[in-house]
Amino acid sequence: MSRIEGVMKTLKDQGRKALIPYITAGDPHPDQSVGLMHTLVKAGADIIELGVPFSDPMADGPVIQLACERALVHGTTLRQVIAMVKEFRKTDDTTPIVLMGYLNPMVAMGYEAFADAAADAGVDGVLTVDLPHEEADEVAPLFAARNLDPIFLMAPTTTDERIKAISEHSSGYVYYVSIKGVTGSATINVDEVAEKVAHIREIMALPVGVGFGIRDADTAAAISRVSDGVIVGSVLVDTIARHQADPDALNKALTDLLHPMRVAMDSPAS
Amino acid sequence: MSVKLTEEMLKALPDARGHFGAFGGRFVSETLMDSLMTLEREYLRLKDDAEFQATFDKDLADYVGRPSPLYFAERLTKKAGGAQIWLKREDLNHTGAHKVNNTIGQALLASFLGKKRIIAETGAGQHGVATATVCARLGLECHVFMGAEDVKRQSLNVYRMKLLGATVHAVQSGTKTLKDAMNDAMRDWVANVDDTFYIIGTVAGPHPYPLLVRDFQSVIGRETRRQALAQAGKLPDALVACVGGGSNAIGMFHPFLADETVEMYGVEAGGLGIETGQHAAPLCAGRPGVLHGNRTYLMEDENGQIAATHSVSAGLDYPGVGPEHSWLKDIGRAHYVSVTDDEALDGFRMLTQIEGIMPALETAHAVAYAVKLAATMDKDKMIVINISGRGDKDIHTIAQLDGIEI
Repeated sequence: MSRIEGVMKTLKDQGRKALIPYITAGDPHPDQSVGLMHTLVKAGADIIELGVPFSDPMADGPVIQLACERALVHGTTLRQVIAMVKEFRKTDDTTPIVLMGYLNPMVAMGYEAFADAAADAGVDGVLTVDLPHEEADEVAPLFAARNLDPIFLMAPTTTDERIKAISEHSSGYVYYVSIKGVTGSATINVDEVAEKVAHIREIMALPVGVGFGIRDADTAAAISRVSDGVIVGSVLVDTIARHQADPDALNKALTDLLHPMRVAMDSPAS
Repeated sequence: MSVKLTEEMLKALPDARGHFGAFGGRFVSETLMDSLMTLEREYLRLKDDAEFQATFDKDLADYVGRPSPLYFAERLTKKAGGAQIWLKREDLNHTGAHKVNNTIGQALLASFLGKKRIIAETGAGQHGVATATVCARLGLECHVFMGAEDVKRQSLNVYRMKLLGATVHAVQSGTKTLKDAMNDAMRDWVANVDDTFYIIGTVAGPHPYPLLVRDFQSVIGRETRRQALAQAGKLPDALVACVGGGSNAIGMFHPFLADETVEMYGVEAGGLGIETGQHAAPLCAGRPGVLHGNRTYLMEDENGQIAATHSVSAGLDYPGVGPEHSWLKDIGRAHYVSVTDDEALDGFRMLTQIEGIMPALETAHAVAYAVKLAATMDKDKMIVINISGRGDKDIHTIAQLDGIEI
């Protein structure tokens, strides 16, 4: 059982849902990333999605574009991001880490070199935004052989046929993109999400994490009731941007944002 | 290692997943997959539909003014001192470039799909103008994304688009050029995927765009083939076209790919010189990677971050290239070369002064290379340059380089 499957199963047994924060590795500075990851865990994260910065993040809105730029200004590379995970693993052997990013840095590193290094560092899953399962036949066996979970996206536009096909190529969980749009761009509609996630669950059995548009504890709690996990990105990255000059204030601000989500998700529905 | 291509092989490409050998494909986020698959399905149906094709052909004739002439450039030939140089006059098309062939086709597709809102990216502004033009004609809402840097250096085209009723979005992210315009067009498309048709201007992007843009632009090569046989009594020995994304080049090359005797030269933007790194020549100096939905040659750093490009011409200032060109390079069917900014500017002046034809700065790259190539060939040989666009839009740039205020 992969670390992601283990966490998902434990949560399910406890009747809880996964809280999955996203931050861009190297933002605001590569030296701070491992510390921020530990902060997220202390504030209640079950799984961390660690963004790999890319020069052309086509599926992201301005908040994460700027995070990529900040990380790239300091020369953050895919190899360094993997090294951050290795460092994180020295003191945290339980929190799954999913690398999230775009394909080209992985192409440049070489698929096999990437898979080896990621598995060695203790990476658990890989979500590549611009790699649909149809183009994943080269990487899939490399990931499978190293117990790396391939995480794929589903969207409001995903047909039933594709839901089935995507689930057959996925393990760990699937990431449901709640809105048509880029990250950080619109407000989530809980009823629509509930309906679509219920529909997805009729077709496949993997846990469904929901992301895009979740900014506060109330929304996190509402989404957690209709899914298996809540993915929070832009609002955290925006907080990092606002406190980039002051690491202590940043840790506190991230905790103040994430912890209430944890509490709200774990409270019985009122 | 050149491969003999047959009509049959060419018909099978791209394959069902949009691959040209190791290149092409569909590398986009999930939200767009259904739209791309619908577009592919509808296009494959319509491309053999008699009514669709008849409408397309009629528009090309009556609205664009096709066929464009194939012109023997006698004085340029003398000046070069070798092979005969002929010019395929895409600059005479309505809106002044080859781009309109494709926007007519895609706007027609959009109408068949019932989409009322059109988006497009543009570099030099020629594709933006061509898109705004067909939108005006069909009464469609038009949004053009253009890098803020390009908005500055192609202000004439920006104003043309506005006159045509388009909204021009100046893109401030990244390098503020064509690649960033394409990023923002993709972002808009994801958010408005239900009612919006994205008219991509070149043979790049996710499948089926490289296929359908190539098909719409292939009218250039089909006409050239017919005209060469009628006017010169033979096929050309060499074709020369500039390559940014590569739509005018593929349009010229594709109908000749099975003609073994026809050599092909795609001319990339060498900028300040390949050795300086300040250029936009991924086929000459890049390596395969994935950007904007397809696997192709790219300019990038060793960590896979897309590199900033440089070219005097905004239309060639792009770090990628259409995947079919990447394939033609790897199988050795077409040659990819580069000329510098300075050589292109010389080409611009030469064609202007010797033939009275002012080419776009993009096109000037092809002119500069063809003149060098002609000198190495016998006088009974024939070169066709694709004059992909006219240079009116570049007059400000040229004047500025000359230190003249106009």
